[in-house]
Amino acid sequence: MKTGTDRVKRGMAEMQKGGVIMDVVNAEQARIAEEAGAVAVMALERVPSDIRAAGGVARMADPRIVEEVMNAVTIPVMAKARIGHIVEARVLEAMGVDYIDESEVLTPADEEFHLNKKDYTVPFVCGCRDLGEAARRIGEGASMLRTKGEPGTGNIVEAVRHIRKVNAQVRKLVHMSEDEVMTEAKLLGAPYELLLEIKRLGRLPVVNFAAGGVATPADAALMMELGADGVFVGSGIFKSENPAKFARAIVEATTHYQDYKLIAELSKELGTPMKGIEISTLAPEARMQERGW
Amino acid sequence: MLALQGAVREHIQAIEACGVEAVIIKKKEQLEEIDGLVMPGGESTAIRRLIDKYDFMDGLKSFAQNGKPMFGTCAGLILLAKNLVGYDESHIGVMDVTVERNSFGRQRESFEANLDIAGIADDYNAVFIRAPHIVRAGENVEILAKHNERIVMAREGNLLGCSFHPELTDDYCITAYFINMIKETIV
Repeated sequence: MKTGTDRVKRGMAEMQKGGVIMDVVNAEQARIAEEAGAVAVMALERVPSDIRAAGGVARMADPRIVEEVMNAVTIPVMAKARIGHIVEARVLEAMGVDYIDESEVLTPADEEFHLNKKDYTVPFVCGCRDLGEAARRIGEGASMLRTKGEPGTGNIVEAVRHIRKVNAQVRKLVHMSEDEVMTEAKLLGAPYELLLEIKRLGRLPVVNFAAGGVATPADAALMMELGADGVFVGSGIFKSENPAKFARAIVEATTHYQDYKLIAELSKELGTPMKGIEISTLAPEARMQERGW
Repeated sequence: MLALQGAVREHIQAIEACGVEAVIIKKKEQLEEIDGLVMPGGESTAIRRLIDKYDFMDGLKSFAQNGKPMFGTCAGLILLAKNLVGYDESHIGVMDVTVERNSFGRQRESFEANLDIAGIADDYNAVFIRAPHIVRAGENVEILAKHNERIVMAREGNLLGCSFHPELTDDYCITAYFINMIKETIV
């Protein structure tokens, strides 16, 4: 009997496919998310838009909040550790969190090295903006990916850019002649053997969700249309006027992302979505997606 | 293939590798088009909510009661069970077993183990992810596999359920077994 194998860690993410993972900051929100049909919750101290507003250093959540959420629901619970923060990750693992997000939403602890995620029994999800970044994270042992988008903005434009980029680069690789792959590995800064595997499979070897800017059911469906395996919704739900209704509508739109009549129905009278931010008004240092490499 | 949420692609691959057509079921009317139904691993609470939302429940119950084969893996087993530990109500509730959810622990306790499955395979590499197990099985239920004395695979007539994820490995013998169950009902 073996625990913490690639199959077990990646398989866990496979079970989340077609689903919505929601950011929550307490037990009550976690129950609303579970009731709405979320496949997992991300336990945080603050949702990304509040992290953005608060400024300063964002760290791992208070373990009491994570524990409270773990006790409140039966679906898997994820939590965020700072990029490269070995001890935050170990603490979350020791608490029995089901998945750790090594996340650019928090202030990085290490600007050079990400965690060696192969070392852990608990699986990790990491952000990416292109195939090179995706492959580096898988190379370090990430069992699941999410495109970064721009967290806490309620603006889908960066999420679209990143999922399109990753999938376009996978398609290019698949159709490339094998003697071109080493140069592609050099250009992307990606592990060569992993690119060969992606080429052979015709897709990434792990599940890839979309994140960072989903604010409406139509946004969630758009991510699925563009080839995401599922959706993370951060501020979009609990910063909207009616979180329970938004949560249910986003889950349904994700399942039936090509049923446009249904999406029209469930988008009616939802109330005001979170207030968004135009990306060009963000100072370069306020762009979370630039964190990590 | 019930495709509301979960590991759909892997099951489709397994079904097609066994040489039969796989149909993705997202609407209840589609249940009439098929001879057998696979319910994948995923999050049982999320799948249940979507079943209710799209009014699938009666269709699924009559599918089972009409003797059509159903195969539930992990979350799918939870949907099939008549009784769930710690819950007053079941989901489809057609298979005479009592199932406990997440009974092996959280994700860090998820594991791979080799199983002997009666009449199907020896030393089968089974992947358990936040898996449930069968606490009690009714008298007409045939126990097919155990892990550490816990029942992890069973059959009752047209219903087949397992705690683990055959779709995550490329050994398709369990899918092939289920497809044989379907073929027997068609002949």
